[in-house]
Amino acid sequence: MEASQTIAEAAQSIREEFALFDDWRERIEHIVELGKSLPPLPPEHKTPQNKVSGCQSQVWMIAPLDPATGRLRLAADSDAFIVKGLIALLLRLYADRTPREILENPPVVLDEIGLAKHLTPGRSNGLWSMVKRIRELAARAAAEPAPA
Amino acid sequence: MTGALAETLPAAGALDVDAIRRQFPILHTTMHDRPLVYLDSAASTQKPRAVLDALLQVYERDYANIHRGVYDLSQRASALHDAARRKVQRFIGARDWREIVFVRNATEAINLVAYSFLRPKLGPGDEILVTEMEHHANIVPWQLVAGETGAKVVAAPITDAGELDLVALRERIGPRTRLLGVTWVSNVLGTVNPVEEITALARRAGVPVLVDAAQAIQHRPVDVSALGADFLVFSGHKMYGPSGVGVLWGRAELLEAMPPWQGGGDMIEEVSFAGTTFNDIPFRFEAGTPDIAGVIALGAAVDWIEGLGMALIDAHETALMAYAERAIRQVPALRLISEPKERSGALSFVMDGCHPQDIGTLLDLDGIAIRTGHHCAMPLHARLGLPASARASIGVYNTTDDIDALVASLRRVADMFG
Repeated sequence: MEASQTIAEAAQSIREEFALFDDWRERIEHIVELGKSLPPLPPEHKTPQNKVSGCQSQVWMIAPLDPATGRLRLAADSDAFIVKGLIALLLRLYADRTPREILENPPVVLDEIGLAKHLTPGRSNGLWSMVKRIRELAARAAAEPAPA
Repeated sequence: MTGALAETLPAAGALDVDAIRRQFPILHTTMHDRPLVYLDSAASTQKPRAVLDALLQVYERDYANIHRGVYDLSQRASALHDAARRKVQRFIGARDWREIVFVRNATEAINLVAYSFLRPKLGPGDEILVTEMEHHANIVPWQLVAGETGAKVVAAPITDAGELDLVALRERIGPRTRLLGVTWVSNVLGTVNPVEEITALARRAGVPVLVDAAQAIQHRPVDVSALGADFLVFSGHKMYGPSGVGVLWGRAELLEAMPPWQGGGDMIEEVSFAGTTFNDIPFRFEAGTPDIAGVIALGAAVDWIEGLGMALIDAHETALMAYAERAIRQVPALRLISEPKERSGALSFVMDGCHPQDIGTLLDLDGIAIRTGHHCAMPLHARLGLPASARASIGVYNTTDDIDALVASLRRVADMFG
């Protein structure tokens, strides 16, 4: 998560990264590898309140607002590796962004690299539930009064 | 069919599974450009040509609303619908066609019994006994009526092998037990419960029994006259029939004493604003236009199963399941979540270091359809200490080739996560 990168730049790097793979097995293996290297969420954050519903695996997500920067310190974890890999991609797009940046940039890149087609996200892997939660957290933070 | 299975099947009278497979168009399609390996029949079976033809034929040649028209077409549709009811009656050994109630699925059948039979009998402190291995369909309807009446749902435990603890079950049957709901075959564990023994226990205590046969009806002979149960439920879509039609069997004297559950057409005798009298069983419980074509096609599914012979289906599936169990145990880091003495239909497992959802997603890319998650049995998974599991389940059309493909794919998953 390079702070200097914009969401558009992060999306472009994901696009280029996935263009290197020939078939879907390789892409999924790459997503699994991303998942394996995702830092775990500290156990105290794995609460029912932080759970994202609509996922077959368990997913926890937090997005505390950093008052100094006005950015959301998004973090998430799952007990399934493919989902963790999807989280890693979402964090590259959305971690340390302002609520406004998040709300103005839907994750179209995930469609472009074919995740929607190959992972049936609407139904079982919870990708869209996670995206929905990120946007809800951003909308909530945006509605709160700006930090002094 | 490859060698190992052929050796385990009886030499004479075995099923020609290749010929059976040819009757299922969908088994010759692909998933992610791989030949489809369908191992999710416990969720729903695929449909043979005979059932597909029956559906189409009804709509093309024999369709009108039933039990209403005096014209020939309506009479013909009514006759086909009535014939399907008698086929189901014969198929499960019911003594009377009036004991067969057509519903949408096993879930609706249980809801019907919960609301029409049980609810009027329930009061505060009463108990509905189920088991830890039940599908949500055999838990939640009882919880709904319990919540309305102050009764409670209690569960008999299972052993670590995934079998019912019959001693504990007997102890749980008490003076406040108003009904026992038990599955014949577990949709997750594959465990075959000794239902005759269980119904005998309950009968001695004067407790009515509902048997959930959703995972039994497609795998083994069912004879309600020998079962000792009061109600038995199943879905058409799990026995090679269409989705949207299911069956409640109930003993006639119980059904006759039960009030209607849903009101509407066909379930009435006389309607006036002064009051309405109700039709006889089973029509009293079949309000509105039913799934006419679905019921007729379910009859075709019964014919199709009987044409193969349930004993031969059972023999083929038992041999295949034994083969699958041996083969899947060879996959590194894989553990079966149940070890029942008698298993039918389903094989559930977990793998170290890998979530069932990961397994299911990777198998999907290999063209293999299995089920992952809690399989509508969250209390069972809580008892097993698992958030989820992966389940391979078979139908009569599965072969050792399917199992070999499953095992090869699972080995690749094990490599990736090992």
